Amino acid sequence: MTLLFEAFTFLYQAGDAFAFLVLSACGLAVIFGMMGVINLAHGEFILCGAYVSASTARMGLPLPLAILCGALVAGVIGMIVERVIIRPLYQRPLDTIVATWGISMIATQGTLILLGSTMPGTGTPFGSFTVGAYSYSIYRLVLMGAALATLLGLWLIFTRTRFGLLARATIQVPHMAESLGVNTSLIYSLTFGLGAALAGLAGGLYAPTMTLVPTMGSAFVVEAFVTVVVGGADIFLGTAPAAAILGVIKAALTSWQGQLFGQIGLLVAVIIVIRILPRGISGWILRERT
Amino acid sequence: MARYSKLRNWLSLLEGPQTWGRGRVFWAGFLLVVAAASAYPLFADGYDVGNNVYFFNWTFMALGLCLIWGYGGALSFGQTAFFGVAGYAYGILTINFGDAYGFTLIALLAAVGIAALLAAVLGYFLFFGRISGVFLGIVTLSVTLVLERFMAQTAGPEWRIGSARLNGFNGMGSMPSLTIPWPGGDIVLFPDVALYYVTLGLLVLVYLGLRILVNSRFGNVLVAIRENPERAEMLGYDIRKYQLGMFLIGSALAGLSGVLYTSWGNYITPSSMGMTAAALPIVWVAVGGRSDLTATLLGTLLVLACFQALTIYGSQYALVVMGILLVLTVLLVPKGVVLGLASLASRLFSRGKQGATSP
Repeated sequence: MTLLFEAFTFLYQAGDAFAFLVLSACGLAVIFGMMGVINLAHGEFILCGAYVSASTARMGLPLPLAILCGALVAGVIGMIVERVIIRPLYQRPLDTIVATWGISMIATQGTLILLGSTMPGTGTPFGSFTVGAYSYSIYRLVLMGAALATLLGLWLIFTRTRFGLLARATIQVPHMAESLGVNTSLIYSLTFGLGAALAGLAGGLYAPTMTLVPTMGSAFVVEAFVTVVVGGADIFLGTAPAAAILGVIKAALTSWQGQLFGQIGLLVAVIIVIRILPRGISGWILRERT
Repeated sequence: MARYSKLRNWLSLLEGPQTWGRGRVFWAGFLLVVAAASAYPLFADGYDVGNNVYFFNWTFMALGLCLIWGYGGALSFGQTAFFGVAGYAYGILTINFGDAYGFTLIALLAAVGIAALLAAVLGYFLFFGRISGVFLGIVTLSVTLVLERFMAQTAGPEWRIGSARLNGFNGMGSMPSLTIPWPGGDIVLFPDVALYYVTLGLLVLVYLGLRILVNSRFGNVLVAIRENPERAEMLGYDIRKYQLGMFLIGSALAGLSGVLYTSWGNYITPSSMGMTAAALPIVWVAVGGRSDLTATLLGTLLVLACFQALTIYGSQYALVVMGILLVLTVLLVPKGVVLGLASLASRLFSRGKQGATSP
């Protein structure tokens, strides 16, 4: 019986790590897979989502709506940023990293100046349940559900909608799509907005569980980077399996040596993986297929 | 005789296709700047001189990044990681073994060596895994952030190496300054005039050394890799080894900055590696002009001086300005402000000449 409880604990932790990795990485992965741009302001879009959803929730909006509100605001800001700053730089991918880092500095320090060093949050909803000797937060289960729902939603968007069809065409051969009448710059803009909105969603979902400080984005970015590096450019063949594998590694190391060693182990695993699979899991799967 | 010609060959590499500035005028200007920098302590208060060594401390890291990013075309965000590692290594070594018999100089070399070793291990996985472009940036940044978080949690008494407590987020202090053994009393390099001259001398040496390096065969191959890695490989160069070498040298220079900073302030904290700290070398090098050593050096000193002036109004404001500066530079003058101004000036100059010759 204790073994069963132990197994449940491990599953719960691995699921929690999986949800965190998927939610924090998918916004980054959508943008990277689509345009080859790594958005270093990713953490600040997460920050934006968290702050907006926490403040609207405290104004009395129900939590799910508040979270969506956060995602929406982050998405709109993302589209503006894409139009003003990213668009001139598509030919220079390294410079987009540098520019988005500049945005990140402005956003973090600007938040610190305008809103102070912390912001009151909302408590974690739903309470907890007990299995064996330990109690578990129900909200964490909601987060796991949200991660799966996000993946499903993205899959539906990219395979079942007109936007998804045009987006996939634009990924494959941008010039061909353009000559067939696809407004590729609109597609890029919408994709960047979608990525930013997903970051905002992650921020909104995790806002009730963390302290809201202007540097909270950096709590997400390492995991997000690592997942995207291991996953490669494709979100379904890359990010999701990478998050599953890394989730298990992280949960095992965390329960063995604590939170920080989970993170260090994750990083070491990644550095070793890139030596073997430089194009990530999705690159490896796609090469096997052809 | 042969030795002299070899030396002359080396010195001829001070000028070349990879560096801006050649001929008598440039070198006369260079000597003038060095002379002015050497004369500065004669006219200033010793305390101010010691404080201004602070600016020089960072330039080594910037020059290292210029080599990696500007000449090698690999964007590394890990400079502050090597800075921090070398700083902590210097602290741990000197707190444990003291500063007698010139040990601080050995500690300096050892600390830079430790940073270089870390760079070799990381660089092996990155370059031999053929990681390039944006991934190189985010992996090095991840390493930096995780290292910062690791050092920040070492507050407890169990985190000690010998008699050196790591002290977590509060940082490690009270390590001795660099000391040069001297007959008739060691020279302790407190932030004062002596340290100023040592750091200035080191900076001139590193600057000239890097000029020779980038104009040598090694530097030319690096630029070839930056321009087109496949072509360089087809021409028969093992680009992985060149990239690893460049990463090693650049990171060791970041380590040198770390040691100099730690011994200058007798203090190092985990936040010297964090997200904000890691962005600053990028700002200096990008704003100055990453594709040339001289532009990077001038730009770094310029941006540091601006930053220092703005910090009076609060460091948050200064950092916002740095972020804006970075975005604007990338959008408007991708070559960097110093190089942009230089090319603008030369264009105006040549246009003026043309105007004079044409009737």
